[in-house]
Amino acid sequence: MDKTVNQKAWFLVLPVFLVVAFSAVLPLMTVVNYSMQDTFGNNQFFWNGVGWFKELLDPSTDLGGRFLASLGRNLFFSMVILAIEVPLGIVVALSMPREGWTVAACLIILALPLLIPWNVVGTIWQIFGRPDIGLLGYVLNAIGIDYNYVSNEVDAWVTVIVMDVWHWTSLVALLCYAGLKSIPDAYYQAAQIDGASRWAVFKAIQLPKMNRVLLIAVLLRFMDSFMIYTEPFVVTGGGPGNSTTFVSIELVKIALGQFDLGKAAALSLVYNLIILIVCWVFYTVMTNAGVERKVQASSEPAAEPKPSAALKPVPALKPKEGVA
Amino acid sequence: MHSIPGRRLIMGLFLVFLLLPIYWLVNMSFKTNAEIVSTMTLWPHTPTLQHYKRIFTDESWYSGYINSLEYVVLNTIISISVALPAAYAFSRYRFLGDKHLFFWLLSNRMAPAAVYALPFFNLYSAIGLFDTPWAVALAHCIFNVPLAVWILEGFVSGVPREIDETAFLDGYSFPRFFIKILVPLIASGIGVAAFFCFMFSWVELLLARTLTSVQAKPIAAIMTRTVSAAGMDWGLLAAAGVLTIIPGALVIWFVRNYIARGFALGRV
Repeated sequence: MDKTVNQKAWFLVLPVFLVVAFSAVLPLMTVVNYSMQDTFGNNQFFWNGVGWFKELLDPSTDLGGRFLASLGRNLFFSMVILAIEVPLGIVVALSMPREGWTVAACLIILALPLLIPWNVVGTIWQIFGRPDIGLLGYVLNAIGIDYNYVSNEVDAWVTVIVMDVWHWTSLVALLCYAGLKSIPDAYYQAAQIDGASRWAVFKAIQLPKMNRVLLIAVLLRFMDSFMIYTEPFVVTGGGPGNSTTFVSIELVKIALGQFDLGKAAALSLVYNLIILIVCWVFYTVMTNAGVERKVQASSEPAAEPKPSAALKPVPALKPKEGVA
Repeated sequence: MHSIPGRRLIMGLFLVFLLLPIYWLVNMSFKTNAEIVSTMTLWPHTPTLQHYKRIFTDESWYSGYINSLEYVVLNTIISISVALPAAYAFSRYRFLGDKHLFFWLLSNRMAPAAVYALPFFNLYSAIGLFDTPWAVALAHCIFNVPLAVWILEGFVSGVPREIDETAFLDGYSFPRFFIKILVPLIASGIGVAAFFCFMFSWVELLLARTLTSVQAKPIAAIMTRTVSAAGMDWGLLAAAGVLTIIPGALVIWFVRNYIARGFALGRV
């Protein structure tokens, strides 16, 4: 479907542009303004040029050290949760029931953690993990594991990661499930005729079909985990020490805690820039995938007759329309 | 056809993993504080409704839910009404800077809330909206409007272009076509987009907390503040938490068939 060129379409987009520009461009200009200045309170500002940026990227200074440390922690956190959530989400999506009321029940339970306010997610795990009143902490300590997320760094990390897996694996699973459902039954039937193994079906049919949604899942999860704030803040408050202080927590500490506007603004800009780059990669890959899909779709009718012709002699396999 | 061996076991274990922490919260909300602190019980031995009663009778508590719902609903209405025409434009037309605009919108969906907390505080204080539901509703537009545009664009693209052309040939004006024909056709898409706006506005805390102080304080902020001030009233905290889960659980029922598609930004 080719789009027609119509500059009047701008009138339709204008409301969105105004609303988002009001919320995005104006505040961002404030940030740029602050990032170049220093303040001694009383609303007196002094020109500081790129001073904050230099300090920010130099690990020997206090600001730079804190920023780079939290950035490192944040990247490590994102990698770990991606390594857990993506495979687990695929497995869960493959384990979804085929039909009946259990499908709806599973979908609703899966979506439940996604709809809980983030601070309540923190509260749930804060309570759940406490050795004195929480089931998890109590059981772990009862079977002889010395677990305390308030004082032990490793335990704090494990808690934050398990919490994120609990909170967001469902997103990956739901996306994969949507991808799996778009696979026509004929593909599976053809595979069965060829005597393909379970693993071969996964590798040759399911994984390629899930490519696109998996991409969305990975990038959404990367970016959301990269700006995580509320949940670890509620559970560990960034501690013990600074061990679970991620970039957003550090930024809020500097901006709203110490009211160090210049430093906070410089950090914000660098932070935003990183997100913007990742976002650009995401967007480019997505639009390319969209083009590929269109090409695929237009070439599909030619390829289609083969599997369906091969199917005819097998009446035992009836297509399950009810699944979709 | 797309299942794996042992799927019932895997699914069962995963659902238990998801439900156990929630069960613990619910369990705790029905216990007295004495029971919570003194013994480890798997279900409330002396069930009580005192925590819920306190929330529903104490205005400083239940007003938090009203405040939260107020800005969430405002935000959903604003987001959907500005996103609808834009989604149509992105789906049907090519215009100067459309791709850049689309990318710019996406980048705002991904921008960390922490970056905007302070400038928003300045901005809304300056225009006198600080501590009103409008401030939070407008602030949440930064990630909800792009999301709504994305989801709706996916749904509008699913409507055949021939329908537009036929309607215009029949003499429909653009606004009339939009309201009489297009909106009913993508009603489910609007429902899904509204659901996601509702959800993301409901779960967000950082901006909501920064932009309010007394009048419009959301329930999430009341939970963090009151509890730390009055020591740890675990039962009350748990009850407040349970009550925040309910609106999400209710709306989820209506969109259960579209959830997955919505999370894929309408692009499955």
